[in-house]
Amino acid sequence: MTTTTTLTAGATRRRRPRSATSLTRSSGLGLGIALTWFSLLVLIPLGLIVIQSADGGWHTFHDTITSPQTASALRLTILQAFYVTVVNVVFGTLIAWVLVRDEFPGKRLLEVIIDIPFALPTIVAGLVLLSLYGPKSPIGLNVANTERSVFLALLFVTLPFVVRTVEPVLIELDPEVEEAAASLGASRFTILRRILLPALAPAITAGAALAFARGISEYGSLVLLSGNLPNHTEVASVRILTYIENGDKAGAASIAVILLAVALAAILLLQLLTRAVAKRG
Amino acid sequence: MGIEIRGINKNFGDFVALEDITLSVPTGQLTALLGPSGGGKSTLLRIIAGLESSDSGTIEIEGVDTTNVPAQKRNVGFVFQHYAAFKHMTVEKNIAFGLEIRKRPKDEIKERVQELLKLVHLEQWSHRLPSQLSGGQRQRMALARALAIQPTVLLLDEPFGALDAKVRKELRDWLRRLHDEMHVTTVFVTHDQEEALEVSDSLVIINEGRIEQIGTPDDLYDRPASDFVLSFLGPVTMLGDRMIRPHDIEISPYEQAAIVSGKITRWTRVGFEIRLEVTPDDVLHPNPVHVVLTRTEATALGIHEGDQVWLRPQVGADQVTS
Repeated sequence: MTTTTTLTAGATRRRRPRSATSLTRSSGLGLGIALTWFSLLVLIPLGLIVIQSADGGWHTFHDTITSPQTASALRLTILQAFYVTVVNVVFGTLIAWVLVRDEFPGKRLLEVIIDIPFALPTIVAGLVLLSLYGPKSPIGLNVANTERSVFLALLFVTLPFVVRTVEPVLIELDPEVEEAAASLGASRFTILRRILLPALAPAITAGAALAFARGISEYGSLVLLSGNLPNHTEVASVRILTYIENGDKAGAASIAVILLAVALAAILLLQLLTRAVAKRG
Repeated sequence: MGIEIRGINKNFGDFVALEDITLSVPTGQLTALLGPSGGGKSTLLRIIAGLESSDSGTIEIEGVDTTNVPAQKRNVGFVFQHYAAFKHMTVEKNIAFGLEIRKRPKDEIKERVQELLKLVHLEQWSHRLPSQLSGGQRQRMALARALAIQPTVLLLDEPFGALDAKVRKELRDWLRRLHDEMHVTTVFVTHDQEEALEVSDSLVIINEGRIEQIGTPDDLYDRPASDFVLSFLGPVTMLGDRMIRPHDIEISPYEQAAIVSGKITRWTRVGFEIRLEVTPDDVLHPNPVHVVLTRTEATALGIHEGDQVWLRPQVGADQVTS
């Protein structure tokens, strides 16, 4: 029969044998350059920070992170970054959807405006936020010196991440796939849940990871509006600066290591979440 | 019954995609919509499925007016040219999708999916992802997915268009056999006249948004209503002032009562077939006439490139006077 021939052809298709060191000369060179570059820029500095944090021994590390002021700063940073990430996941996806699927006047302008938080120096963003939501707010909204100021500043600078990661994936999605689901009886909501979200999940998580990482490391945009009140609106990056100004490099490095660990954990968690969503579809 | 299409019009801006289409597709038949690309046949299929709305006109499926029924509720199986596979789901999950939407019991879904996997010969591939399948396998999966919901009508939009020639031929035969077993009312769109002639029970020729002719493949091939139908269903050439198929021309190296006489100016051999161009002596009809004959016939006649030959239609040949 005709079909059996195609099946056996597929089943006996040989896989190309690939040894562990199948690098050609040029790809070996490429890998070498990539690794050197990566080491110089990322691995060595990161390694140094970890070593530095251990400089004063476990004692210093422990003291630093259990100091109430530092602990409070870490809590505030991580919590606000988390909230912002959640909001970004929802609204970033929504904005990406509108930008890709809908036609409206001013769409191209909006495309450009989305990137402004990327392009603007963060301290300028801080100034803008201060004049808009500070004590002299023209719209009567004063969030200066509150936790909400941190949230707002982070929201502003992390806006493009999810939008920009989801957009290209959404463009690539074949509308016929949604039509196929519709003709099989799936409602708009079911299509969103079982077809679109699983397809977009990796992009959304990638954007969320970036937004979260940016959130916990942000300094410039929130430093003016938040007022840096100890135990209240002081974030981790400001805390690091204080340690450095006081000549306590080990202390500064300790916080950095914590932030690093948190970022890694978040990325890992998001990866697992992606897989769960993709499977559920 | 079957599908009743009445007075469908569809415009995309200034472009007229469909103009007053009235067509009835009988229950249980395999009907092909054939025509050149951009002629409106896919649009018509999408309107039947509810994926596109018509500007005016009505669609009835098995006696139910579905003109304003959304695609979700039409119970129509649709197969796309580029498979439209759910990439993150296994073959099994893809096929089960429509049944899960309908909230059928788990056991029933399992059973039905196994049945369909067998039907489309994908049993061993049930846990693969679509990306791990070949094009032909993916299209069979898409077909099983569409059949799973036991559709009232099955619509296929250029289903084999993205496949290579050999797989295409296999799937075409297989679709015909499948249809003979299932008897589900099927409409399929193609621009490949050979595919349409070979597979379908009846043919609808659509060109520039209008129906040119409806009939059985034999009807249309033997009694084309227009030059367009004649030329679209196979190669044609001008013999004098008539359109005729190149293999319907009788060629002779001896002088005889003929419509055209001339020299063989081109000789191309493709496998068993020999394609000739004869340039007429008549200066009023200087365009070369195409003639096709088998290698055996050419040997028997003893003709060669450059010979003087006489041409006339074979007895029983269909032709259209223009």
